[in-house]
Amino acid sequence: MAVKAATANKDVTIINTGCANISSVKFALQRLGAVVTVSKDPKEIASAKRLILPGVGAAPAAMRSIEKRGLINVIKQLQQPVLGVCLGMQIMVNSSEENDLGNDKNTPCLDLMPGRVNRLQVGTRRLPHMGWNQIQKTSNSPIFDGIDNGTYFYFVHSFAVTQYENTIATCDYGEQFSAAIQHNNFIGVQFHPERSSEAGAVVLRNFMSL
Amino acid sequence: MLARRLIPCLDVRDGVVVKGVKFRNHEIIGDIVPLAKRYAEAGADELVFYDITASSDQRVVDKSWVSKIAEVIDIPFCVAGGIKSIEQAGLILEMGADKISVNSPALSSPDLITELYNTFGQQCVVIGIDSFYSEENNRYEVYQFTGDETRTTKTQWQTLDWIKEVQQRGAGEIVLNCMNQDGVRKGYDIQQLAEVRGSCQVPLIASGGAGEMVHFKDVFLKADVDGALAASVFHKSIIDIQELKTYLREQRIPMR
Repeated sequence: MAVKAATANKDVTIINTGCANISSVKFALQRLGAVVTVSKDPKEIASAKRLILPGVGAAPAAMRSIEKRGLINVIKQLQQPVLGVCLGMQIMVNSSEENDLGNDKNTPCLDLMPGRVNRLQVGTRRLPHMGWNQIQKTSNSPIFDGIDNGTYFYFVHSFAVTQYENTIATCDYGEQFSAAIQHNNFIGVQFHPERSSEAGAVVLRNFMSL
Repeated sequence: MLARRLIPCLDVRDGVVVKGVKFRNHEIIGDIVPLAKRYAEAGADELVFYDITASSDQRVVDKSWVSKIAEVIDIPFCVAGGIKSIEQAGLILEMGADKISVNSPALSSPDLITELYNTFGQQCVVIGIDSFYSEENNRYEVYQFTGDETRTTKTQWQTLDWIKEVQQRGAGEIVLNCMNQDGVRKGYDIQQLAEVRGSCQVPLIASGGAGEMVHFKDVFLKADVDGALAASVFHKSIIDIQELKTYLREQRIPMR
């Protein structure tokens, strides 16, 4: 019974990185019955049951903001489940091609796992990649329990984690890129589960049972 | 495959959803939050809320309804109307909107587009353009302050030039509202949209003129737009979203 009580724990802490739109993630979790805390306090983050690393905007601004809040080492040391969303996923890897306009150096990211963020190579297609697109699972992760291949999720981005060994789902838009990645307790999704209707709710519910 | 989007547009005036014909004579359709929820459940891919009073009234409009929408719906939505500053845009995004759409203020101050891009990222920045075909000049012209007929004015911009300008300044998506067609349900302006498509490297959303299912097929297949926005056909239940999606799938147009 104790085990059941522990897995039924609905606490989710959203890491307040100072640069992300947190409301929609918070509301989505609350609709699923989560008890949501938004925090930038290192102690609170370190002791959370599970965490969301949100992100909207650009990688260099996000990394500056996280560094300014003194959260880089706290995040690196997390052992509990962490779900990175969109830019929050991208900064989980080693580095990103995205930088401030006029700066062509790579942006070092959190390095929670290997991996590299590149601008999508889409040919004549439009960027940003904006709208509903399908994913294909490339390994079995509990985050996609109940999700079939070909399920649509909502994407908005111009950069993506290039497909590699930590990719657990891909998406196709001119090229195959990582729709989701995982390394131990760290999971990242490029799409927005909070804006992906019922499929997104399934992913968030799966995360809440980790 | 990336699906094409169906986007119900809710014109908001004083906190209720309204709809006019050719931008005039607005009638009340209903309350915002239940309508938003209904569309999300009916299979809409995205929603747009245009606060049509805002720009023309020169006042800061109460936007508390934005967070009420964000609480109940689980699809993306965009808020437009009267966003003149980074602060106003930031507030709306904080309340849970996914994108903000700027129209008249971008024409008054094009630098606003660049500032929005730099602050929130390209994916948040939608530029709305009201374009009118002038028979007299045989060209497409951009109009401003179309929410209020007494202040509606023609700008110096031709539509194609403004399309290029807003992309250079950081627009992440463009909603082209073809004013000649708005609210009359005789079909999207395929010719204009196809012409604009050729100069538009960001997602392009067609607006104005949807009346029958075939209009959606035509605008996706002939003008290659990424999304189709419509109001009255959805508000008045002339077209059912699921039936429309089934029909468009049969035409080999990818739908969620």
